[in-house]
Amino acid sequence: MHIVIIGNGISGITAARYIRKLSDSQITVISAETKYFYSRTALMYIYMGHMTYENTKPYENWFWEKNRIDLLQEYVTQVDTENKKVHLQNGKNIAYDKLILATGSASNKFGWKGQDLPQVQGLYNMQDLVKMEKNTNNIQHAVVVGGGLIGIEMVEMLQSRRIPTTLLVREKSFWDIVLPPEESEIINRQIRKHHVDLQLETELDEILADEGGNVRAVTTKDGKEIPCQFVGLTVGVHPNIGFLKDSGIETQKGILVDEYLQTNVPDVYAIGDCAQLRNPPAGRRPIEAVWYIGRMQGKTVAHTICKQKTLYQPRIWFNSAKFMDIEYQTYGTVLNSLREGEAQLYWEHTDGEKCIKIVYEKDKQKVIGFNLLGIRFRHHVCEEWLHEGRNLQYVLQHLRAANFDPEIYDQHEDGIIAVYNQQFPNKQIEVKSKKSLWNMIFKRKVQVQN
Amino acid sequence: MFQDLVLEFERQEREAERFFDLVESPNAKLSQNTNITPNTTKMSEFNFNPDFYKTKGDISMAITSDVSHKRGILQKLSLAVVGIGLLLMMVAAFGAANTNPTPFLWASMGCLILGGVVYTLQAYKDRPAGIKNNGVMFGQMTSRGASAWVFGIVITGLYVLLYWYPTLLGLGKDGAANTGLIRMFDPLSQFLKGAPASEWFMYGTLYTIAILVMGFKFIWKYRHNKYQVLRTISVMFFQLGFAFLLPELLQALKYPYYDFKNMWPLNYYFFYDWNINGFLSSGNVGLFMLIFGVAMIFVISPVLTYFYGKRWYCSWVCGCGGLAETAGDPYRHLSDKSLGAWKIERWMIHSVLVFVTVMTIAVLYSFLNQNPEGFFVTKGMMVGIVTVILLFVVGVALMNKEVVREVKPQIRYLTVGIAAAILAFTLFAYSFGSSNVFFMDSYTLRSWYGFLIGAAFSGVVGVGFYPIMGSRVWCRFGCPMAAVLGLQQRFFSRFRITTNGGQCISCGNCSTYCEMGIDVRAYAQKGQNIVRASCVGCGICAAVCPRGVLKLENGPKEERKVIHIRRDDVGIL
Repeated sequence: MHIVIIGNGISGITAARYIRKLSDSQITVISAETKYFYSRTALMYIYMGHMTYENTKPYENWFWEKNRIDLLQEYVTQVDTENKKVHLQNGKNIAYDKLILATGSASNKFGWKGQDLPQVQGLYNMQDLVKMEKNTNNIQHAVVVGGGLIGIEMVEMLQSRRIPTTLLVREKSFWDIVLPPEESEIINRQIRKHHVDLQLETELDEILADEGGNVRAVTTKDGKEIPCQFVGLTVGVHPNIGFLKDSGIETQKGILVDEYLQTNVPDVYAIGDCAQLRNPPAGRRPIEAVWYIGRMQGKTVAHTICKQKTLYQPRIWFNSAKFMDIEYQTYGTVLNSLREGEAQLYWEHTDGEKCIKIVYEKDKQKVIGFNLLGIRFRHHVCEEWLHEGRNLQYVLQHLRAANFDPEIYDQHEDGIIAVYNQQFPNKQIEVKSKKSLWNMIFKRKVQVQN
Repeated sequence: MFQDLVLEFERQEREAERFFDLVESPNAKLSQNTNITPNTTKMSEFNFNPDFYKTKGDISMAITSDVSHKRGILQKLSLAVVGIGLLLMMVAAFGAANTNPTPFLWASMGCLILGGVVYTLQAYKDRPAGIKNNGVMFGQMTSRGASAWVFGIVITGLYVLLYWYPTLLGLGKDGAANTGLIRMFDPLSQFLKGAPASEWFMYGTLYTIAILVMGFKFIWKYRHNKYQVLRTISVMFFQLGFAFLLPELLQALKYPYYDFKNMWPLNYYFFYDWNINGFLSSGNVGLFMLIFGVAMIFVISPVLTYFYGKRWYCSWVCGCGGLAETAGDPYRHLSDKSLGAWKIERWMIHSVLVFVTVMTIAVLYSFLNQNPEGFFVTKGMMVGIVTVILLFVVGVALMNKEVVREVKPQIRYLTVGIAAAILAFTLFAYSFGSSNVFFMDSYTLRSWYGFLIGAAFSGVVGVGFYPIMGSRVWCRFGCPMAAVLGLQQRFFSRFRITTNGGQCISCGNCSTYCEMGIDVRAYAQKGQNIVRASCVGCGICAAVCPRGVLKLENGPKEERKVIHIRRDDVGIL
């Protein structure tokens, strides 16, 4: 059997790896971007000089041959589902028995005037990175549009080259379509602390060019003109599915798939950023364009293809990011504003760069989500608590078990417990501290910090 | 080269002209008020050239090589001050300090310290605490550029002089007075122990200053990370107190030179005749040193390694580790992470361990053979102890469940074979009353070890190759102490690096900045804890991880290798 995978990102590669574990099929991975799999999430670190491209490759080059995974650096122009063939740009075509579409995303553009100027770009793939390297060489000012994850990454990249940068955010606060106000405000402060000109509630109007057709400035909806020589457009991504037109594969925003990640066409599957679930699980979105989802779907589809039909059943939602120097983790459901019947416990460190938020259902105080900035929690502990539906009291009493910060770090459980005790004076909680000599001698008193 | 690539890229882009069509934004919120036009993201048949990012972008000579920070006037001045310090040393090396070394000593050392401290303060001034690896891969000095090679060759050369031509550095032979560079250190040596400096005193002083100054820099670089700060204070303390001051003071008090934290087999001369005789002729203090040294090997270090992993030594106490973690920090990413390098590492380091064991048995045997009366341990007792230890090794290799499960049979039988061979030689020599164990003069063996391992490997290669092969070449490929502690850590320790569930994004920062060349990511991306013999527990992988995936910790041994995500479970991984 010949399994062809289009796309060598985390989804496609995970699928290939698991298919190899589970079967002896012939596997071909096609990608126009790079021959070898690299970690897309590390693009920024190449630009910043933390790593080389080589460092971002999770497997050495011999790995692919050894595991009989054929890599083909080619561009797929068309999928012929009737004859089960994939057409390549070089005129050749490849026959498949099973086809996995893992083509990822492409950057959004919203029809702004000047958006196709040479120094205007998004950041999604290696080609974008090369472009950015060239576009930001010796410039005086850069503008990044969009207050999301890629936007702040791009800002951080530009900062690493000491390029003064303006970040235009349409919303009231950074990434507030996902982050609740408190967390969002912490990140606003972080951005400004890094000497970035953060302009909230400011929308891009158009991008202006000079006589040579190069970017000269941007104007905003409120009439400001910001001179710049580079514009980063980081206003989200969309599934990269243009080449599937006329293929008979049903698409909407993304490629429509069922619970087994199968498309409407037999033997064709779609995973990762480009896949759109027809019936997403409760509380989940049809397209979840994050690394972890791509990996889970790759693993799932590999099982299904290798005759171990497996439902795509993601467990508790989790995600993480790093905003400049502040790490972010989230587990379960923490929306940007509380829903009916929900309440939250929020503690923020006096340094204004760390916080713990626990969202729970009011009636039985069942915990449904965690948000963390500047503090690391243990994945499997949070997952277990959320899965078992533990209540707030239980979680707080055992909070120390969730801490994943490096040894010797200050621990902050006391802080959030103090907040709880303040809110619920008749239900005082005392934290169970680890039995250790240190704690016996220097047991700290619980104090209100907030 | 950059220009060519960009042009090539543009050409291909024009040629291919492929378009992806945007149907609709997936982000409903964003698209609400915006008029969406067809997207024109250009994709092309583009041969990405990885060499592109190997290009050295920055011409910076500085060890931070960080373009995100402009070097101000004060910082440039501070570098100049360091330069003056080095210049003074060079002038002294040519004899300028022969008559009056004191001002040269204080001025040059003062310049090095002051310049280094001011440089650090300036380098990280006005910058928020956090990971500071900007430009590491661009700077010449930190990415094997020309200046790195020059620097590497210079230190290598200095080590060659130090080990084999100390007279060129000014060492006075046969009671003659010191001259040149070593002469410059006489005042300090006289002050500490009332004797003129040796080449080793000079080396120790410079080594300590390097750890203190660069340690200060490291602390500033990682000031947001308490683990790093405390660990660095620890190596600075042990270098200054235990490796430098205490041995000198002991000598001043007419006791043997002894660095309490430096144990066999790193301290390979511990069982040499002159060392043991030194202990034995120093009364109770000497006896304590001897017993402490033996206890370090057989009691203290196994216990500490069981509880904390080898990091208690390698990245908290050890002098070699101390230099690697401080002065070597700018080069930590240069270690080779390939599977091939790991294979070479295992063969090399364990070969050195066998070498040092053979050499020590031979030396100790000859010593006891020549001194049948002078010591409370007899040749017979020594042979007995060696037999017990080797049988223990054989027993572990054949019977320990974890070892049997996880080590290839060939390797285990090879281990048994080597132990049996050493034992056979020892018993043979003993029963036939021969004066040498391995049919070879023990002095020959020991001088070869001293030359190959003690000097060439740990010194010349170990430090001289910092700018080219990374800061832990010796620790990774050569140190027999690391080998012993590594075996303990791998099979008999509570230490591990825990991976946080499915949070790894395979970015590679952890592997890149692992000075021991461990491919940390290979484990982390599988949701697997890292239990590796070579891990020195520096904690940098956990520090540079942008998703907080790694945590160094000690816990029940049985749970060390738990994978938090079941293999068949597609929920998280």
